[in-house]
Amino acid sequence: MTQLVLDRMVVDIPQQGAMSPLTMSLSSGQLWGVLGPNGVGKTTLLHTLAGILAPRSGRIELDATPLAKLARPMLAQCIGVMFQDHQDGFPATVYETVLLGRHPHLGVWQKESDQDHAIVLNALKSLDLLALQNRLITELSGGERQRVALAMLKAQQPKVWLVDEPTNHLDLNHQVRAMEILAEQSLQGDCVVASLHDVNLAARWCTHVLLLYPDRPPLWGESASLLTTDHLEPLYRQPLAVTELEGRSVFVPRST
Amino acid sequence: MLAASVSRSLPSSKRFSLSVLVCASIVIMLFALTQGSASLSIREVWLALTGEGTPLATTLVMELRLPRILAAYATGGLLAVAGALMQILLRNPLAEPYVLGISGGASVAALVSILLGISGVLLSGAAFLGAMVSTVLVFGISQAGRTSSSLRLLLTGVVIAAGWGALITLILALAPPHKLPGMLYWLMGDLSYAGSPILPWCMLIAVCVVIVPLGRSLNVLARGALQAASLGVDVKRLERLVFVLASLLTAVAVTTAGSVGFVGLVVPHLLRMVLGNDQRVTLPACALAGGCLLTLADTLARVVIAPEQLPVGVITALLGVPTFLLLLRKGRL
Repeated sequence: MTQLVLDRMVVDIPQQGAMSPLTMSLSSGQLWGVLGPNGVGKTTLLHTLAGILAPRSGRIELDATPLAKLARPMLAQCIGVMFQDHQDGFPATVYETVLLGRHPHLGVWQKESDQDHAIVLNALKSLDLLALQNRLITELSGGERQRVALAMLKAQQPKVWLVDEPTNHLDLNHQVRAMEILAEQSLQGDCVVASLHDVNLAARWCTHVLLLYPDRPPLWGESASLLTTDHLEPLYRQPLAVTELEGRSVFVPRST
Repeated sequence: MLAASVSRSLPSSKRFSLSVLVCASIVIMLFALTQGSASLSIREVWLALTGEGTPLATTLVMELRLPRILAAYATGGLLAVAGALMQILLRNPLAEPYVLGISGGASVAALVSILLGISGVLLSGAAFLGAMVSTVLVFGISQAGRTSSSLRLLLTGVVIAAGWGALITLILALAPPHKLPGMLYWLMGDLSYAGSPILPWCMLIAVCVVIVPLGRSLNVLARGALQAASLGVDVKRLERLVFVLASLLTAVAVTTAGSVGFVGLVVPHLLRMVLGNDQRVTLPACALAGGCLLTLADTLARVVIAPEQLPVGVITALLGVPTFLLLLRKGRL
């Protein structure tokens, strides 16, 4: 059972007033959707939860140990991040890239074992990338690149998954596949936190949501109780219509 | 499972490439020993090496050619590894010690020494000092701001290099004519005054040992600072280490052979195109291939218009440019 506990934690967004403090816990088996308008600090929040940025104040604890006290490799074994932007300064193959996910599990003198290679192949397979494994990532489309990043995170096998807009650039089928993988991962006992722009993806897959408002305190809790037009309209400053489809809410923007 | 065997077969082919480079190094060094104003046969060289040659051959091989060839090899290796490290550090394929002003600092110090009539060990010492001053300057200024980034480091280096460039031009303009040839040779790289090859060799062997445990972290760092941090790398510490290491390598190389350009830029790229981007393979391969290139270039520099000599930097460029362009056309870049 893994738990990421935030205690009056305030994210440090440069040149901007602080976000309201967050006191909440993110646990195994939960799939969190972080929703909010552009520039509200979703990415900064994920980087802070990963221990890459320090919070302005308050504490973050992973299983009762403050993040700041954990050694970097140890932290990377437990918490994995998928970033929104991918830097490919130098060409490398898909396989080489996904293999990097094993880095935190290996000592400095250690080489990747057969088991590591098996984990990588498994990750490639679950993201439909086996056929592309010897291609250069610089030659891939945005969506394929995104799947490589997810595969790399899967190969890292963290207990806490922090994914920044996992469905960016993906076609409809792969959007569903990506969300299914995240849901599968949470069912297997990992804690998954994803920033999302699509309310309907959140409504369909997320067990919990965190709503970050630009001008009022954030709300968090179970999706079913929070994903309503009352909460979402002020979030996006956009009138919404809602309907039921296959037992789930579907939100559609309404013209003003 | 077919897919699995494809990717698993890669490491052995990489090991093969390294063995090929080791063999090439030995062949090239032996070839270089036979070449010169008086050419020797392989047999004569072998006898001289084992201490049973004629006095003339022994002097030629052991006192004149061997130290210079060893110095050339180590210098080439150091420059290529330094270039590869800088490229990862800055996540920029154009980076090399020359672009970052490290060798510019060395050049200014060396030219001032030549102007003052200083030569030999003191000249080398001045060049080393110049390289280190430039390193501290570039790193200090780029870290002084609130945020540090690889782009900031690159820009600081480029601007400081431009400053050194201006000083070099000024010194050349003011220097008395009889000192100009020596200065120009130094600027284009010249191994005829290379002292003992012991220091560059120690450096080269030391860096090859350090690279082994660093290799995988460098692979991760090549994907960007954030990604590296999320995979458990202490980015700040690693970047500092890489910068200091690359600067030291450059300083030793420049001290040995003057300002030999091009090796640090082209050798890492050639190898990346052929071997891929695993630093655990690319960096040792850089040490070997850089050594081969500079040894070959220096041999040509010694024999093309013998007994006169050409600056070795000219030869590395003339050899490297066509090879690079050829590989670029069909390679993976």
